[in-house]
Amino acid sequence: MIEQYLGLAIKSIFVENITLAYFLGMCSFLAVSKRVETAVGLGAAVVFVLAITTPVNWLLNEFILREGALAWAGLPNMDLSFLGFISFIAVIAAMVQLVEMFIERFSDSLYNALGIFLPLIAVNCAILGASLFMVERSYTFGETVVFGTASGVGFALAIAILAAIRYKMRYSDIPPALRGLGITMLTTGLMSIAFMTFAGISL
Amino acid sequence: MSSPAAGAATKSLIAFGKKERKMLFDPMLDNNPITVQVLGVCSALAVTVQVNRAIVMALALISVLVFSNVIISMLRKLIPPSIRIIIMLAVIASLVIIVDQVLQAFLFDISKSLSVFVGLIITNCILLGRAEAFALANPPWQSFLDGVGNGMGYGIILVVVAALREILGSGTFLGFHVVPQIAYDLGYMNMGLMVLAPGAFILLGLLVWVQRTVTGYRE
Repeated sequence: MIEQYLGLAIKSIFVENITLAYFLGMCSFLAVSKRVETAVGLGAAVVFVLAITTPVNWLLNEFILREGALAWAGLPNMDLSFLGFISFIAVIAAMVQLVEMFIERFSDSLYNALGIFLPLIAVNCAILGASLFMVERSYTFGETVVFGTASGVGFALAIAILAAIRYKMRYSDIPPALRGLGITMLTTGLMSIAFMTFAGISL
Repeated sequence: MSSPAAGAATKSLIAFGKKERKMLFDPMLDNNPITVQVLGVCSALAVTVQVNRAIVMALALISVLVFSNVIISMLRKLIPPSIRIIIMLAVIASLVIIVDQVLQAFLFDISKSLSVFVGLIITNCILLGRAEAFALANPPWQSFLDGVGNGMGYGIILVVVAALREILGSGTFLGFHVVPQIAYDLGYMNMGLMVLAPGAFILLGLLVWVQRTVTGYRE
């Protein structure tokens, strides 16, 4: 049991990294990776939000949306799965707002560190992507919790590494047209190759 | 983004002058959403293993973008600024549901192979970016042109990346073999890397380099 969860965690963080293998969350990955501190802040916020929204969306899908889910309400033939996209995004936007208010109320230092990133996260594709993958791969609740958290950790790890590399690259002599997006994409490509090497590890 | 002259809008609702032409064609090269504005990169990389998937994805995005731009532009005077993000998301998510249902009904195989990426059009930054930066401040006709232009700009990059990845990675184009058998006999091999994730990153990086060398855009 533990091994299965551990395997899933390793797979989601390294082998199938949500950013480097599935390209999710690229917009903020590219935009917020200029400084290491902000990159770590955004990474932490993503872990936090993913760990909460993915399980909540699992409950929503399991008990309301999927085909036959409304059997407890006496409606066994109901299939609301077409409402998946809009309900998931609503849950994400609402949860982000809730988390923001909660942090503001209870932890000033955490709010100062994560505050500005939280509104951005509602439209980060990694968050919605994790919920959609969770439905597509029919994970159980336990697997969903592990998958959501591990995907967040994978994103945080990738963005922190990229920010560190970009910091070093400021002193490199890069052709003018390649500066910015171009060289960042090439770096990400090399990082993606590096993360793929974890595929050889069998658990 | 400056709002287009109110006078032009009163003269004719669907004027097509120099300014409108710029709105339509600018995003295709000089102000491309992917390579210059850096919006919507996720799906540009993910769905480009094969050209037919890229074309379907581009069409799906163009239709959602055009309708969301027009609808949000028509609602722009009614939307309170404090809750505009959630309203835009609701409009976009409803449109994406329609597109997804249409794809599942008529192109089931491609819809399956696009997997979660049709749903992820909702969080594609191009949609919110254009709604926020353009449609909220401009009338419907201009927003329509802006939507078509940006959608086409996205589609062009998608199809170019997909064509290169499919030809280099599998030796096919739209499923037809384009690399002649004789090349394989002489020792040519498909580049497996192109089919994998790193190939997409590297190819897009090189494409950005070429595009910025041509247009002279610098960061």
